[in-house]
Amino acid sequence: MSGTLLEVTGLAKRFGGFVALDGIDLAVGAGERVGLIGPNGSGKSTFVNCLSGTLRNEAGQVRFDGRPLDGLAAHRRTRLGLARSFQLPRPFLSLTVGENLRIPIEYVVHARGRGRIDVESRCAELLEMVGLAGRTDELPAGLTQVEMRKLELARAMAAEPKLLIADEAMAGLSHQEVDDILALLLQLNDRGVTIIMIEHIMRAVMHFSQRLVVLVAGRKIADGLPDEVIRNPEVERAYLGE
Amino acid sequence: MYFSFSLLGDAIVSGLLLGGFYAGVTIGVSISFGMLDIVNIAHPAFIILGSYCAYVANSVFGVDPIVASLMLSPLFYLLGAGIYQVYHVSFERRGDGGLRGLAFFFGLLFITEVLLVLVFGVDYRLVRAVYIGPSLHFGAIELPLRLLVPCLASLAMIGGLQLFLSRTFLGRAILAVAQDAGALRLMAADPVRIKRIAFALSIATASVGGAILIVIQPVEPSLGREYIGRVFAIAVLGGLGSFGGTVVAAMVLGIMESLTATFYGPSWSPAVAFGFLLLALAVKPAGMFGR
Amino acid sequence: MRGFPFFLVCLAVAAAVFLAARLTNNGYVFFAGYVVLQYVVMAVGWNILGGYTGYVNFGTAGFFALGAYCTVALEKLVPLPLPVVMLAGGVVSGALGLGMGYLTLRLRGAFFSIATLAMAVVAQTFMVNWPFVGGSAGAFVIRPETAEYFGIDYIRYLFLLMLGLCVIVIAVARLIERSRLGDGFAAIRDDELAAEASGVPTLRLKLFATALSGMFLGMAGAPLPFYVTYLDPPSAFSLAYAVNTIAMPLIGGTASWPGPLIGAVLIATLQQVATVTISSAVNLLIVGLVLVGFVIAAPRGIIGWFGLDRRARAHPRRLAVGRT
Repeated sequence: MSGTLLEVTGLAKRFGGFVALDGIDLAVGAGERVGLIGPNGSGKSTFVNCLSGTLRNEAGQVRFDGRPLDGLAAHRRTRLGLARSFQLPRPFLSLTVGENLRIPIEYVVHARGRGRIDVESRCAELLEMVGLAGRTDELPAGLTQVEMRKLELARAMAAEPKLLIADEAMAGLSHQEVDDILALLLQLNDRGVTIIMIEHIMRAVMHFSQRLVVLVAGRKIADGLPDEVIRNPEVERAYLGE
Repeated sequence: MYFSFSLLGDAIVSGLLLGGFYAGVTIGVSISFGMLDIVNIAHPAFIILGSYCAYVANSVFGVDPIVASLMLSPLFYLLGAGIYQVYHVSFERRGDGGLRGLAFFFGLLFITEVLLVLVFGVDYRLVRAVYIGPSLHFGAIELPLRLLVPCLASLAMIGGLQLFLSRTFLGRAILAVAQDAGALRLMAADPVRIKRIAFALSIATASVGGAILIVIQPVEPSLGREYIGRVFAIAVLGGLGSFGGTVVAAMVLGIMESLTATFYGPSWSPAVAFGFLLLALAVKPAGMFGR
Repeated sequence: MRGFPFFLVCLAVAAAVFLAARLTNNGYVFFAGYVVLQYVVMAVGWNILGGYTGYVNFGTAGFFALGAYCTVALEKLVPLPLPVVMLAGGVVSGALGLGMGYLTLRLRGAFFSIATLAMAVVAQTFMVNWPFVGGSAGAFVIRPETAEYFGIDYIRYLFLLMLGLCVIVIAVARLIERSRLGDGFAAIRDDELAAEASGVPTLRLKLFATALSGMFLGMAGAPLPFYVTYLDPPSAFSLAYAVNTIAMPLIGGTASWPGPLIGAVLIATLQQVATVTISSAVNLLIVGLVLVGFVIAAPRGIIGWFGLDRRARAHPRRLAVGRT
């Protein structure tokens, strides 16, 4: 059960002459909680985009659940069980909250061909889980910032992923709201979902992560137990300057 | 098919001249679409409007069409500023530039064309100028002034714009807004105002573009449609927003069209632009979610 | 079959329209009505791509004229029954949509739109240079007096065929809106990146929408040569088709099939009445102005005024989902 779920080797991505990712290696075990940090522009978002298939990596390999993902479109990866939430929530604005969740249920869960589930009750269950119970028929435009993040997570969870990549799900939220999202992610992990959390809020990352990975200028400079990693002189230098 | 090197040479020379002119009619799109991300598909219609303005100035007042177009360009600037204001308030600010924004410009394209038909009819119109007719000769190479003057006027206009963008504060602000509107706000400049100025400039170039068009060929109201494929193919292949790239792409298309017209017949040249456009779209490396 | 009762209702309405037209006992009603029905097919068909996925096709005239020219070519090669010819025109135009889509749909929507606009110009260039279908001089097509199997006046036959096509296109559009496909289209329209992340195969869906929409535009154009009896490139590729077909859904409302239907019936009928009194140029100018007015002031169109756009989408499907 606790095998390797995600295995990244030598992942590289360039934009013109700019090297955004320079040979990243990373292995994530099933059920693990990994925090991914790094200064702005260190390549975190590019890394997420390469994993989820939004961008094509030039070199390196991504293996997920025992199979290579090279060249697979983003929607295929989602169907394989690799879901992501976006840094800035991107709800389907003309659809209701419930319809937002119905998209991944119809296109991922049903498309996997392991039988259909009751869409209505599954939506209610997901909304209940993220604390948006009873909001099914509202339009996303009426939601608050934190509610949008919750919808974003609920939509990612609707795809019933094995691995969830939460891309800065807490940026700009209040102390209490951060705790809400954090509790939600821990609860998901309890249910067996592997989670990679990309985050700037150190309090949240330190509390959440079993393992911490640090990217700086497109390279992985540290990977290990959170307490050890933040005492790493190279990490300190990257964060605090020379 | 008849082939000879002198024919080939003439085709390349006239293709280069044609390309210089194409750069002039495209530069407005390079600004609006390339820099401001506004899909102004009505631009060719404004070019035709410019042609008719030059035609009226020329036939009624006897003014040289290119001089007239320079004098009229402030009016086009104001027209552009007005259009941007409507576009911004109705679509850009609402984040609705897609379906409805496109339909808006399509409507403008259509309204302009129909208005020209109603006022001038569907007959071809042309202008008189001393440089229409004679040619310069350099050895075996013939340079028709009818093509050379528009080419030079176009390149002068593009050079002037390039200087303006790189040397003035306002110009650099326009380049900055093309990169990142948010960063500009930090510089205490209003991005909406900057974009309005840039869009107005793009429409102002249509005045000159129209004048050089009517010098090169007779014009009728629906001619603009033929230029839609051309200008967007050039703007895209030129790297969206790069003036140098626009000129190079324009010359490449000019030569390709000129060769096609020489060796296969002029009725095929619109197809060249389309093939060029599809090529431009197919080789664009920035995949689905790039620009 | 959830859509079947609706299909029967459509057929009943169509039959009522045909009988009402017969009761007037006026040939002009069929002649003018044909154009209105043609625009209903075009507007609802266009909206499958434009309204549902948000990809704007400016090349309507190209798809439409290709269907018409298909008829001209087939008429010279192998005369077939008109419904078969219409299907052929639809297949050709649908294939054109598929090809265009394959080349441009990976890019931003704006590129697709520009490419369709250029495509119409190039398709026209090809027809001008193709003597077999008349070239720039145009082609004459002989309209039979009566339809073979129906024994009715040919204009009435054309009217009847277009009416049938209306029923089909509306039924298809409604079926899409209420299916998983409609949800996927809406997700694409709202946010393609998020749609892809939610498992929607965006490229495949967009290609399907483009091909289907192109097919209906081509089928709407196929009977045109028999209607006008003389077809030349400038009239077949008239920009008026493109403008009307975009204006009708945007004025009626793009979210759901009643929008383009209302827009088409309203504008095409007004145009048919107005051509008697004002010139066609003024006529089109008015359409252009109304289009710009609507996109600025009434982004949800006429059906938005009555709130039909949201309820039409959400309400019945919730019932349908509840039943599973």
